[in-house]
Amino acid sequence: MITLPHFLVLAGILFSIAVAGIFLNRKNVIVLLMCIELMLLAVNFNFVAFSRWWGDVAGQAFVFFILTVAAAESAIGLAILVVLFRERKSINVENLDTMRG
Amino acid sequence: MMQNLYLAIPLAPLLAAILAGLFGRLIGRVGAHSVTILGVGAAFVMSLLVLKDQLDGGATYNAPVYTWLVSDGLTMQIGFLVDHLTALMMVVVTFVSLMVHIYTIGYMHDDPGYQRFFSYISLFTFAMLMLVMSNNFLQLFFGWEAVGLVSYLLIGFWFTKPSAIFANMKAFLVNRVGDFGFLLGIAGVVYYTGSLDYVAAFKAAPSIAQHSMTILDGNTWNAITVICICLFIGAMGKSAQVPLHVWLPDSMEGPTPISALIHAATMVTAGIFMVARMSPLFELSEAALGFVMLIGATTALFMGFLGIVNNDIKRVVAYSTLSQLGYMTVALGASAYGAGIFHLMTHAFFKALLFLGAGSVIIAMHHEQDMRRMGGLRKYLPITYWTSLIGALALIGFPGFSGFFSKDALIDAVGLSHAPGAAYAQFCVTAGVYITAFYTFRMIFMTFHGQERMDHHTREHLHESPWVVTLPLILLAIPSVFVGWFTVGPVLFGHYFDGVIFVAERHNVLGELGHEYTGQVGFIIEAFHGPALYLAAAGVVSAWYLYLKNPALTDRIAAVCAPLIKVLDNKYWFDWFNENVLAGGARALGRLFWKVGDEIVIDGVLVNGSARSVGWLAAVVRHVQSGYLYHYAFAMIIGLAAMLAWLLARA
Amino acid sequence: MLTTLLFYVFATILVGSAVGVVLSRNPVRAALFLVLAFFESSVLWLLLDAEFLGLVLVLVYVGAVMVLFLFVIMMLDINVAQLREGFTKHAPLGALVAGLMIAEIVYVVWFRHLGMSLSVTAPPLPANYSNTHLLGQVLYTDYMLPFELAAIVLLIAIVAAIALTMRHRVGFKKQDVSAQVARRREEAVRIVKVDAEKTS
Repeated sequence: MITLPHFLVLAGILFSIAVAGIFLNRKNVIVLLMCIELMLLAVNFNFVAFSRWWGDVAGQAFVFFILTVAAAESAIGLAILVVLFRERKSINVENLDTMRG
Repeated sequence: MMQNLYLAIPLAPLLAAILAGLFGRLIGRVGAHSVTILGVGAAFVMSLLVLKDQLDGGATYNAPVYTWLVSDGLTMQIGFLVDHLTALMMVVVTFVSLMVHIYTIGYMHDDPGYQRFFSYISLFTFAMLMLVMSNNFLQLFFGWEAVGLVSYLLIGFWFTKPSAIFANMKAFLVNRVGDFGFLLGIAGVVYYTGSLDYVAAFKAAPSIAQHSMTILDGNTWNAITVICICLFIGAMGKSAQVPLHVWLPDSMEGPTPISALIHAATMVTAGIFMVARMSPLFELSEAALGFVMLIGATTALFMGFLGIVNNDIKRVVAYSTLSQLGYMTVALGASAYGAGIFHLMTHAFFKALLFLGAGSVIIAMHHEQDMRRMGGLRKYLPITYWTSLIGALALIGFPGFSGFFSKDALIDAVGLSHAPGAAYAQFCVTAGVYITAFYTFRMIFMTFHGQERMDHHTREHLHESPWVVTLPLILLAIPSVFVGWFTVGPVLFGHYFDGVIFVAERHNVLGELGHEYTGQVGFIIEAFHGPALYLAAAGVVSAWYLYLKNPALTDRIAAVCAPLIKVLDNKYWFDWFNENVLAGGARALGRLFWKVGDEIVIDGVLVNGSARSVGWLAAVVRHVQSGYLYHYAFAMIIGLAAMLAWLLARA
Repeated sequence: MLTTLLFYVFATILVGSAVGVVLSRNPVRAALFLVLAFFESSVLWLLLDAEFLGLVLVLVYVGAVMVLFLFVIMMLDINVAQLREGFTKHAPLGALVAGLMIAEIVYVVWFRHLGMSLSVTAPPLPANYSNTHLLGQVLYTDYMLPFELAAIVLLIAIVAAIALTMRHRVGFKKQDVSAQVARRREEAVRIVKVDAEKTS
């Protein structure tokens, strides 16, 4: 029998894995972006699950918007990455320290 | 009808002052003195009308003219209280002012600030009239400050002279001390009665006496005593009583006409007038009266001593003024308010006369004020000599002259007083008679008699002053001689001040004196039984002996009494004390605040210190800003987890 | 019973592929793991009766976004070895934070119950239930404005991506409209007076 907690905990696990991924792949911007996609996916899971259990379709509408924003975000993120690589010949985050105080 | 008259009296000099002050260049010298004399003359004539109306039984006028503002039940108004006391003061003020106006035409003849001077003295007349005609404390304070302002302006009239600037600053600062007390006193009255109006405050006065206030914990004082002493501190500043007297001798840096008008006849008597006006308050406090008497007696005697050693003709008269103000104050302390006011009036005439006479001498001597360079001026300045002699005789109390009546009555009243310190006061005023006679005639003899000590050039140009100078002298000489004779009966022992000045039954020394009063002649005969007349005569004789007959002896006495003379020369070190201890202390305190409080604490610790600590903090925090993207991401994530934990722990 | 089994199977694969995304040495592999994760999610969403979103996830994410990722990864010459340097340096911290978060979520879900009873199964759906229909109705009525805003966001993302990556190469011939408009006759035309040929 599947209950709401099942989905919520699954989403939580997914989110935590993504968080751990950010810590691990701290130098690789592409993987960082992928981790962010994973996080958004975990959040979307919550939305969809709650929407189902409460019978309110608004949650799914929000998932729709999140997907839109996530797509836009990854498009721009990748564009920045391309420009960055063109400039630095590297996507190593450790080189990006011009903002250093 | 009368109200318009009352309004016109102060406004006429004000209008004249504005015309002369703001349009002085337009109307010229003649225009300036014409308009101001016209204004003050009109005020004088109207004051006479008011006095006549009052003497004919006119009702006391007490009404507001204009309500300035009402705040929380406290009404601030301009209003007039015209009764016998006010009428008397108005006539004295406008008369002396008129005389000084006329005199100034001659004295300031070739001064570039001619119109300015006339504007100032006219403005002074306005302010003084507002002061005496006021029916509430606020307007009294306005007049009080306004005369102070004009006094400041006039002492520093020759503003290019450093000593004059020093003197007017000193007068201003010393008066601030007094005014602070005065303001506290007014605040006390408002606090306990909730009204600025005289009548309301006096009506509520007995209830104030029920209260007590704690000052510097543990010392409980009756509220009325505190209020009266505060008010009297104001009077001490304005009327130059010890220890706030230091500004008056220095005020002689101003032109002589204003020394006569402001620093002898009228403004300095404002304190005396005020205490007399506040008699319903002062009568309720034995302690305050005792304090008043003590201060007055000290001033009367010890300031007289200073007149003996001074060689500046104006300063001698100035110390004499201080001493006479002390006499008036003693009278107030003895609850003989009538005697104080009476002496105020006669003193106004003869002291103005003496000052103007001194001014006439100064004109003749080409602004030489040192008596050691004068002598034998009698034959060059006959009118000045005779009028000054009349003034001097009035001052020492020559029988029949105005000063005689006022001073004798005053001394007798003090003798009858049972107030604390009355014995000391009686000694001071009686001894003061000798001192007064001595320094007055020392001045007369040194100036008008004996050898001619001036240089050749000055002697050739000696001549009597023009009529505008001598006319006021003559006009002032007349009341100096006669005013006492005609007014002593009604003003002092009659019922002139009934209902105006309140005297508690047990303090009524003037009433006691009045029982024995049998007319002017009887009063004069009575005086021959007292010591005062003989002391005055002794003073004149010793002055004559020491300064005319046997001047060598003077030097010998001076040599013997060198330490004493040193004390007097240094004016009891009051100035030294003020300048080094009070002013020096204030400066040292200021430097402490500046160096430690401002530079170290505020600038160093607070301003620069906070800036520096922000800089230090920023330098530390700067290391957190690594610029690495993942550091920020870590911080966000850890922060998120921590916030979540906190929310859970809280919920 | 079958749904429960399906849930556990797909959930396990989902978690496994997520771990694969995080731990893969090669970004291409990570991207492919992410594709797998999206597929699993899509299936799970179908279990939740969210058919439309499940399909959109596959179409948009797998079909567009992940292809874009792969595109970029392959276009750039990435030095993987350098990026893997110090891979485990922050691993304990990451594990700690991740563990903390899981603990917190589990605590909230299992012990706090979020103010509702959690042991119930999803409420039954009506017979004529159409997820797409419902979602469409909501999107085009209640969420009309946000929907249009989302469209604008996407448009801006397109413009931004193009603007960022556009190169201005030297010698590249193109039209300069403002220069054309600003051109004046005097700069372009020169009137030359030519002497008429002599007719001798």
